[in-house]
Amino acid sequence: MATSTEIQAAERSFQHHFASMEQQRDTATFGMWMFLLTEIMFFGGLFCSYLVYRHTYYTAFVEGSQKMNIILGAINTAVLICSSLSMAMGVRAAQMGKPKLMVILLLITILFGFGFLGIKAVEYHEHWTNHEFPGPNFHFETGDPAHPPTDPTHTEIYFGLYWAMTGLHALHMVIGIGLVTWLVLAGMRGAYSPIYYSPVENVGLYWHFVDLVWIYLFPLLYLISHKHAG
Amino acid sequence: MAQQQQHEDEYTHVVPVSLYVGIWAALMVGTLITVLASFAELGIFNIVVALLIATIKGTLVVLFFMHLRYSPKLTMVAVISSIFFLFILFALTMTDYLSRGWATFAGR
Repeated sequence: MATSTEIQAAERSFQHHFASMEQQRDTATFGMWMFLLTEIMFFGGLFCSYLVYRHTYYTAFVEGSQKMNIILGAINTAVLICSSLSMAMGVRAAQMGKPKLMVILLLITILFGFGFLGIKAVEYHEHWTNHEFPGPNFHFETGDPAHPPTDPTHTEIYFGLYWAMTGLHALHMVIGIGLVTWLVLAGMRGAYSPIYYSPVENVGLYWHFVDLVWIYLFPLLYLISHKHAG
Repeated sequence: MAQQQQHEDEYTHVVPVSLYVGIWAALMVGTLITVLASFAELGIFNIVVALLIATIKGTLVVLFFMHLRYSPKLTMVAVISSIFFLFILFALTMTDYLSRGWATFAGR
């Protein structure tokens, strides 16, 4: 139940141009959804170019995808799903007026976020040392002498999209970790209550959206086909 | 106190822990099925199955983790229209790329 300090904090966060706290919260959340819908179109451009080039250079894309570490990719998918659960539980703790529990759950979310980036860094290092990065030093071998690459320049396009899409996703993860850290600091000061927790709800939406993008990236980049494309 | 509690319930929906854990379990199982299904040789249906599972997982995330199910109808309309516009982007781009070479012209 809201204490007097919580009510005072909520009154400070109530802006006069809104009719009620409820309207203020709905407006803030709808604004966040609007931002996320522009993010869908932002990632959508990359997904669209993926669609075009995968359709055009299918075998080269299969060869590129076979260089992906499926085990690390699957672990990272699981890490992100766990982080989404702790984030959702953190928002729930904020809704129920349990700031200490919220801070703990958000710290767990940050930990999962760093776990994801750490595993991603291992994968990036592997591709980088194998020259699987588009540019003048790009070099591609299938690793099987019986099946030489159909066209390395087309596989280079696959890796270009791989680095761009996962890189943009990783950038969103870094921003997400920053935002959750801000929630933790504000939460420790007692900024949120069951009456006012819009920042927690909206950063939660952002975090889940980043998870959502990965749900599509994982099968599209890692799991195209496991048989020889040639 | 009781009245205030009732008032809060009018505009915040606290989802039970069991539902969140259930969604989490479904997402984990979905990931496992995606990986296993990719090793089955289904031809063109590999991508269909992969995208179908991803869409089911995504729908669970959006409806429950992102509270869309408990949000105002306006939010639902906005999200569905955004997906519609995403498909316009895909569809109009592919009408170009898929139809190239269909038509032959004199001198080409």
